[in-house]
Amino acid sequence: MHQHCRPVSQSHAREVAELADEPTSSPPARGSRLDPFVDAYAERARTMIASEIRALFSVASRPEVVSLAGGMPFVSALPLDSIAETFRRLIAERGAAALQYGSGQGAVALREQIAGLLMPMVGVTTHPDDVVVTVGSQQALDLVTRILCDPGDVVVAEAPSYVGALSVFAAYQASVVHVAMDEHGLVPAALREAVDALARQGRRPKFLYTIPSFHNPAGVTQPQSRRVEVLSICSSYGIPVLEDDPYALLGFDGVVPRALRADDGEGVLYLGSFSKTFAPGLRVGWVVAPHGVREKLVLAAEASVLCPSELSQLAVSAYLAEQPWWDQVKVFRELYRERRDALLDAMASQLPAGTTWTVPDGGFYSWVQLPQGLDATSMLARAVTARVAYVPGSAFYAGAAKDLGRSFLRLSYCYPDPDRIREGVRRLASVVCAELELFATFGSSSGAGGAVPGHGGSASDVPGPATA
Amino acid sequence: MSGADVRVVVLAGGLSHERDVSLRSGRRVAEALRANGADVTVADVDAGLLATLAADPPDVVVPLLHGASGEDGALRDVLGLLALPYVGSVPRGCRVAFDKPVAKTVATSAGLATPSSVTLPQTTFRELGAAAVMAALVDALGMPLMVKPARGGSSLGAAVVRTAAELPAAMVGCFSYGDTALVEHFVTGTEVAVSVIDTGHGPVALPGVEVVPDGGFYDYSARYTAGATEFFAPARLPSAVLQACSAAAVSAHAALALRDLSRTDLIVDAEGAVWFLEVNVAPGMTETSLFPQSVTAGGLDLGVLWRGLVDNALARGAC
Repeated sequence: MHQHCRPVSQSHAREVAELADEPTSSPPARGSRLDPFVDAYAERARTMIASEIRALFSVASRPEVVSLAGGMPFVSALPLDSIAETFRRLIAERGAAALQYGSGQGAVALREQIAGLLMPMVGVTTHPDDVVVTVGSQQALDLVTRILCDPGDVVVAEAPSYVGALSVFAAYQASVVHVAMDEHGLVPAALREAVDALARQGRRPKFLYTIPSFHNPAGVTQPQSRRVEVLSICSSYGIPVLEDDPYALLGFDGVVPRALRADDGEGVLYLGSFSKTFAPGLRVGWVVAPHGVREKLVLAAEASVLCPSELSQLAVSAYLAEQPWWDQVKVFRELYRERRDALLDAMASQLPAGTTWTVPDGGFYSWVQLPQGLDATSMLARAVTARVAYVPGSAFYAGAAKDLGRSFLRLSYCYPDPDRIREGVRRLASVVCAELELFATFGSSSGAGGAVPGHGGSASDVPGPATA
Repeated sequence: MSGADVRVVVLAGGLSHERDVSLRSGRRVAEALRANGADVTVADVDAGLLATLAADPPDVVVPLLHGASGEDGALRDVLGLLALPYVGSVPRGCRVAFDKPVAKTVATSAGLATPSSVTLPQTTFRELGAAAVMAALVDALGMPLMVKPARGGSSLGAAVVRTAAELPAAMVGCFSYGDTALVEHFVTGTEVAVSVIDTGHGPVALPGVEVVPDGGFYDYSARYTAGATEFFAPARLPSAVLQACSAAAVSAHAALALRDLSRTDLIVDAEGAVWFLEVNVAPGMTETSLFPQSVTAGGLDLGVLWRGLVDNALARGAC
């Protein structure tokens, strides 16, 4: 086809054509890093690197891909028209307050609702003064770690644990010691063993970070007897507990598990969130903490954001006051139960023998273990090619422990509808079968490319918040 | 320069593993073109694209898709069907360049040296027994080895293998990205990327960029984490070797019948010999990519260059 092209003349072409004939300038002694800040970064930014795995999630945001990766709540189920009217009146009638700075501790009206309405549901009696409202419970994690952890301090967390918490701990240069879980959550004997082992090294954990109900990513819930045991161990060793409880109201049988905080008001910091029961886009969460901690949290929050969004807080407050929010929680439970069932049925009928998974009683996730020898991290590229995405298990372990997660993956069922979930599992099953064949051929499915040991334990191996 | 309001659609994104890189390349070129008077829209490649292009045809399309369909010529074939002028190589050149083993063969015919290699599909390992095939690979090619998908870019699925024990894991990592692997003798030396542009007077090499990744291997993190790799432009090589690199890249561009722009990746060994590795028809245009650095090192402005390429595409029309 070239012969049909018209000849082209180009004003600066001559100058470009002469480039090759120009004498080569002498190369600089020091190369370019393409980032003038390269020598300016703090040590804590060292693990913040580009990730091959994260790049794959960029494809997961396309509609062709069934994403079982992200944990986006299905907010389309909210009565949006009716919420719009509530928000309209908020601006019309209380706009001057809603659009103004607020208190660093959070709006009083919302703290009263949290203390009077939400906390009793998980068995906790508290006063609005003990509540600090935060920019999602993610900021609460950040603030608590900021005031409790110096670089090198130890945090004990479940194995696996919430990746967003691991990112916070890494940012404050705390080391994480993982403690085993089983189908009933954190194993008390393993906790005692880990703490004893640390004590022999002369170290004491700054706190235990735990998600006792509808765990992310493990999908399991601790029975009450075990909660008592965990509290007793922590109390006997003098270890504070950071209880992360965003899914508490989303149990499928309607039972709201009793919070650890309910049985130890002094030793437990409780994190709550409106992100799963209402709207993550508003970024409203909270901490309930003993008074000394609470005062430091407020000062830390003011240094961080001055105050949480007053508009978001008043919007949540108005939603709780004016909308049938509890009925909506029941709608969400039913919706997520239906999706969980779709996931479990599809896994049972499609995934090859040797694959196992947890059966969640609430929340968003099931934790899947691949047949022996398979590696979920190196399998992800194949999965994305097959138009299905998940989060590889190693994302939920910190640092050197990442390898413990390589045979696992997290599947979330909160966002896609049941038919999409079934299609996603069908695609995943074909990927697992192909990977089994690779394993049979090579005797290993651990890829050398990409996120391998030595990769630095970057918490960037997970989808961004908006990638579902 | 033609009319100041040339209407350009930059295609970026797509469904390949390199979607993220492509989106970044697209944003950068779009900004550079806008700064040079073009009216630019960035579009993803999806089921709605052709209808959009047909309903409101742009003057010129700039495909900045990395990985399959964007780089293998398929999408450009479709642009040809729509009679839309576009910047870059025609489909035939894309197909050859995107298939690394075929590109190596063409480069060899053009007189370039390329590391000895073998291309094998996954089925070969299964049918003949992986251990035996891998042992034969090690015997024939010698350590160290470079394992990479026969098609694809951004070093996704690629690994350097220094001991035979590392080979199975490298093969598995590679087959996760594609079902055919290129296993190549790894030539130790200086990594140099030479960008070639043709603004209407034949292909010209821009100064070669030397790549020195902190971790020793130019993997995905080293490529896209700002600061993780040190670049020298021009490369710290004797001028005769630099000229040999430029000549190799121009030969590759010509031998593969590429158009407008390309980037050839080379290794210069300890003796100063230049080895051809691969050539890219849609080189990355991100903040940390090599092509824009070559442009700057050549004393050119990325936006002015791209505007020139767009104007040329407009002038030559759909072909």
